[in-house]
Amino acid sequence: MSEPVGGLFEYAPAPEPRSLVSIRPSYGLFVGGEFVDPVEGGSLKTINPASEEVLAEVATAGPADVDRAVRAARRAYEEVWGPMPGRERAKYLFRVARMIQERARELAVLESLDNGKPIRESRDVDVPLAAAHFFYHAGWADKLSYAGLGPDPRPLGVAGQVIPWNFPLLMAAWKLAPALAAGNTCVLKPAETTPLSALLLAEILRDAELPPGVVNVVTGAGDTGASLVAHPGVDKVAFTGSTEVGREIRRTLAGSGKRLTLELGGKAANVVFDDAPLSQAVEGIVNGIFFNQGHVCCAGSRLLVQESVADAVVDRLKRRMETLRIGDPLDKNTDVGAINSSGQLDKIRELSAAGEAEGAERWAPACRLPERGFWFPPTVFTNVSPSQRIAREEIFGPVLSVITFRTAEEAVAKANNTTYGLSAGVWTEKGSRILWMVHHLRAGVVWANTFNRFDPASPFGGYKESGFGREGGRHGLEAYLDA
Amino acid sequence: MPDPRPPGGRLSVQKTYKLFLAGAFPRSESGRSYPVSDARGALLAHAALASRKDARDAVVAARRAQPGWAAASAYNRGQVLYRVAELLEDRHAQFAEAVAAGEGLDGAGAEAVVAETVDRWVWYAGWADKIAQVAGSSNPVAGPWFNFSVPEPVGVVAALAPQRSSLLGLAGVVAPLLAAGNAVVVVASEERPLPAVTLSEVLATSDVPPGVVNVLTGRTRELAPVLAAHRDVDGLDLAGAGPELAAELERASAGNLKRVLTPRGGEEDWWAMPSTRRMLTFVETKTAWHPVGV
Repeated sequence: MSEPVGGLFEYAPAPEPRSLVSIRPSYGLFVGGEFVDPVEGGSLKTINPASEEVLAEVATAGPADVDRAVRAARRAYEEVWGPMPGRERAKYLFRVARMIQERARELAVLESLDNGKPIRESRDVDVPLAAAHFFYHAGWADKLSYAGLGPDPRPLGVAGQVIPWNFPLLMAAWKLAPALAAGNTCVLKPAETTPLSALLLAEILRDAELPPGVVNVVTGAGDTGASLVAHPGVDKVAFTGSTEVGREIRRTLAGSGKRLTLELGGKAANVVFDDAPLSQAVEGIVNGIFFNQGHVCCAGSRLLVQESVADAVVDRLKRRMETLRIGDPLDKNTDVGAINSSGQLDKIRELSAAGEAEGAERWAPACRLPERGFWFPPTVFTNVSPSQRIAREEIFGPVLSVITFRTAEEAVAKANNTTYGLSAGVWTEKGSRILWMVHHLRAGVVWANTFNRFDPASPFGGYKESGFGREGGRHGLEAYLDA
Repeated sequence: MPDPRPPGGRLSVQKTYKLFLAGAFPRSESGRSYPVSDARGALLAHAALASRKDARDAVVAARRAQPGWAAASAYNRGQVLYRVAELLEDRHAQFAEAVAAGEGLDGAGAEAVVAETVDRWVWYAGWADKIAQVAGSSNPVAGPWFNFSVPEPVGVVAALAPQRSSLLGLAGVVAPLLAAGNAVVVVASEERPLPAVTLSEVLATSDVPPGVVNVLTGRTRELAPVLAAHRDVDGLDLAGAGPELAAELERASAGNLKRVLTPRGGEEDWWAMPSTRRMLTFVETKTAWHPVGV
């Protein structure tokens, strides 16, 4: 399936064995430390987006199930996890980090199967970072008074956490690790299309002997998430997902006194100046938009390139795109995997069609896509004007819009001309210009001469309508503490 | 022959209490005003009754002024804020009289409020060039990158000043926003707006650039929804909103996902030493990465 298109090298398929992970035919909800059937009895099928094969049946939690999970979390908070000394909490989290590392290959294969992302990414990014988040936050559990938030920060109680499908395990770790380190208990709602790695994580938590109820996992669709965030027993809501749903949650929580952090959409500008190291910049552009099929809220989806090098950069970019290998997510040679769902594929197609209709020039390398599953080729639009939909709306797919600029001031004006403000990139060899750009770009994360780097010690989160609050680092603890 | 002079021999000149917009003192564009009484119900003055259009104009002024204020060095902002404290002290007697009348305090009580206000303002002035050090960090990421986080002002913040504490509470809301580099549209205490107007006269004669602080007097209920729903307002301090109004405003703030500070359980104790919370709620954390190598 990994069809070489650049004509450079033939690669023999190198698939990671599917047999590394055993998937059960069906999964219940993880409530109070055990897997239970839902009270209201619904289920959904989760599929492999690269083949459309059904992987498992997963329970859907109704309001009664959510209520049961929140009660279990409350009891665990009051009786066990809240009163437990921080240094004991820390050791549970260290233990979880270690167990994720031990079962890394299994988790990586499962993630690629359920999500469609290349095994190279789940193996080298998602899973190691998930373990690192637990390891980093474990050490905070008994040092919270040093976090600069006040002398005696207290946990908030029960956290309701709703996560997206693009980094299923990693987002679970981003949410759970700081919440648990701070002494909260959690009810986690994984995404409808990617529930499996969170359920395997639940098994790991159980094996790590985390006290029952400290983490509960309720699977289901949007209505499950809606009942979780609206549940009166939840003290804090953390959501990663679309800006539209983020707004709804904000409205739902108005007047409730619940604490809220939102990590929402983005439309990042990746700004390339004429003095940039162009080969590195092209790698950065590719990593910025084609990493994880562009299913990344901080994806560098707008390439702002200085006019004098625009043709050269676009030519090099196209040559590089011709060497990207699209296909079987489990193949270790694969660069671009499957689109996560047919719904997402429809959205990418619709916005790309709008780009063409609005006059932008569309290009994609010649590549043979697999017949089954959901696929979209890496695509670049040139001649894009800032008013077009493909320059304004989050596509959440492997689609790049190229816009040119002449001066740094113009680059900043165009980069900031968006309702989002999650991330940005800048490529130049000139140090003072980097610092000037970092200062003027209105975005929560700015990558200079790099892109799409993540670390548990590094605060992540947006300006403007990309949401509020930070995840990671000392700053991320604030979201889970009352100081 | 009767004495033609007024009682006391001279008629005093009364002040017209106006809005403070973009560094100027206009009346409400609506031409409206409303009576302001002292704590015993006697008429003190008529204040401008700001309209929704005035609120929108104030946001425009704040937006225009904010980049310049944020671009000033933190040291410079600190000095400007300290200058405000100097002028507050200078008008000690005038503020004490206004607070005594509006809040029904005796002379010593009102004096204490003004003194605490000046000291609070000085405290925040000193924060201007420290907040980035306290709220920023360099982050030990696992790889060859230099990674640091800095706080930046969120932009334009609309604040509902506390309804009861008309000077100390007002300062406790406005000063932290300024120290953090934000521009402010503040709606004064509805029934006790006069100290806010006098504060705007202090701001106008200090070195705070025009538009960095805009003061509206009028009906909180009328002005707040406009500000909460305004697409060009980035933050919302609900100190002066009751629980019911606060819930409505939080809902309205969802449109552009404003950063919102909602009081927890009634009006804050403005006499208590504040934490950094009022500054940190209205800053964004920006994190930058750069490779390390030769």
